Amino acid sequence: MATLSAAALRQAILNKERTAAEVCEGALAQIEALDRDPQGPALHAFQSVLADRARARAAALDRQRTPAGPLHGVPIALKDNILVRGSVTTAGSRMLEDFVSPYDATVVQKLEEAGAVIVGKTTCDEFAMGSSTENSAFGPARNPADPSRTPGGSSGGSAVAVAAGMTPLALGSDTGGSIRQPAALTGVVGVKPTYGRVSRYGLIAFASSLDQIGPFATTVADAALALEVIAGGDTHDATSAQTPVPRYTAALTGSVRGTRIGVPSALLEDGVDAEVKAAFVAATARMASLGATIVDVDLPHSRHAIPVYYLIATAEASSNLARYDGVRYGLRVSAPTLASMYERTRARGFGAEVKRRIMLGTYALSAGYYDAYYLKAQQVRTLIRRDFDAAFGAVDTILMPTSPVPAFKFGERVDDPLQMYLADVFTVSANLAGIPGISVPCGRTAAGLPVGMQFLGKPWDEATILRCADAYERSGTVTTGAGGSVYSTS
Amino acid sequence: MSLLTRADATRIATLARLELTEPELDLFARQLTSILEYADRLQAVDTTGVPPYAGGLGAGALRDDQPASSLAREDALGNAPGADVTAGTFVVPKVIG
Repeated sequence: MATLSAAALRQAILNKERTAAEVCEGALAQIEALDRDPQGPALHAFQSVLADRARARAAALDRQRTPAGPLHGVPIALKDNILVRGSVTTAGSRMLEDFVSPYDATVVQKLEEAGAVIVGKTTCDEFAMGSSTENSAFGPARNPADPSRTPGGSSGGSAVAVAAGMTPLALGSDTGGSIRQPAALTGVVGVKPTYGRVSRYGLIAFASSLDQIGPFATTVADAALALEVIAGGDTHDATSAQTPVPRYTAALTGSVRGTRIGVPSALLEDGVDAEVKAAFVAATARMASLGATIVDVDLPHSRHAIPVYYLIATAEASSNLARYDGVRYGLRVSAPTLASMYERTRARGFGAEVKRRIMLGTYALSAGYYDAYYLKAQQVRTLIRRDFDAAFGAVDTILMPTSPVPAFKFGERVDDPLQMYLADVFTVSANLAGIPGISVPCGRTAAGLPVGMQFLGKPWDEATILRCADAYERSGTVTTGAGGSVYSTS
Repeated sequence: MSLLTRADATRIATLARLELTEPELDLFARQLTSILEYADRLQAVDTTGVPPYAGGLGAGALRDDQPASSLAREDALGNAPGADVTAGTFVVPKVIG
């Protein structure tokens, strides 16, 4: 019994060893056993399962004479803030409990053109605001490595779907670490592409200058394959780049000889769990033994990344979420006047964290405070970006832990918003600077909890960080996922 | 400077069109105070002459405005609470007396 990669599954289908329909049934059975069955681990990775749609898609693929594309017959899960026409997209919110997507996100269109089979929508923190999935209005997802712990967030359900072997691929969105952090905490690979690399059309907006869609996979090669499919310019998203998409799968040479890797050691002095630090130090040494040059880099303003991020992200969120007013879509609470309808709808539809962030963002943008908070944060954002520009003058990639701590227990941080925000200390800088990042597993704690590290890259240079992560992955045994074996070869 | 009073919280909730309960107002006033106190460390960063960065890497390009089909009206109204699909309108409580 061995978990098959997306690439191997596709090959098995093309070789007629299995049909797309069989692979689809395998995924659905695994979801039933691990996610739905109350007698099972009940991981709750899935907010909804699109079984009929997936079966119809798989059957259609099996009838095709020529393969659809590089993901022919590969099951994939999507975070429940990505629109799939005709199906409900909740974004983890009561506000959108009954919202039927009126169109497909661009990534959905691209995935289906490539032959992927969308099997369901995954659990996430409400409107992607959170680091644990505990802010989902419909219950959190559980970490397969230890079900008493969160999988991280906000794209926790997508991470769990891949880590537990329910689907070989999933998509999430990363605004301040929401792909990389759950990837690290569940032991899978997660990529946050350069801002503008992947179209955001059909992604429910949280903070528009930071949001980016990216893949989860069990191997770097699969993540490269998925990114290759979803990347590219889109006339529906004016911030997406028209620059050509490299063949990421061809960039995985396995070699890091001569690659200059920067480590911001000053940032890592405080607040990093001892076991996370030990795994990271060992991984850095391994990169050196593979022929990379390790260089110390200074990112002095990244110490300020958390307050900058939480002022900017909440300001943008307060503006983006103004659209949920009970008029055009979503929940409506009836009231005698228009203003009271807005206020009551929003009071009932939003959960505590979303309200808190709308309040914070509204305050940061309000008259008298705009200069002190929002403008100041944007200026420090410039300094954070300049630090990266300077560092990338001397190195090809920057390596640091993804999360300062391994997976935490339910309830451990949820009552103290600031403590929860501090968990994002290593991930938010990449979003603020717009640069790409990949989290790759780099070990486990004594208790068996996965540890991840992230390579950050120059803008548009996903190829280098994928190459480094792949070389690391190939260099030794790092257990990915929870050892689930869904798509067994036997 | 960032101590947030109950009155501040009430004012912000009104700006944000959120009907909050008394306990929520107290809780958010307290939590936002703690977050803003943490954020106050930014005031110590010298940003003299530093331009604000709103994000983006200059990738977004202007394109010709070409007519194309957009969401059909019935699709646009499909999720609207109480919409009048026949008339093709959203429906809200009476605004003008």
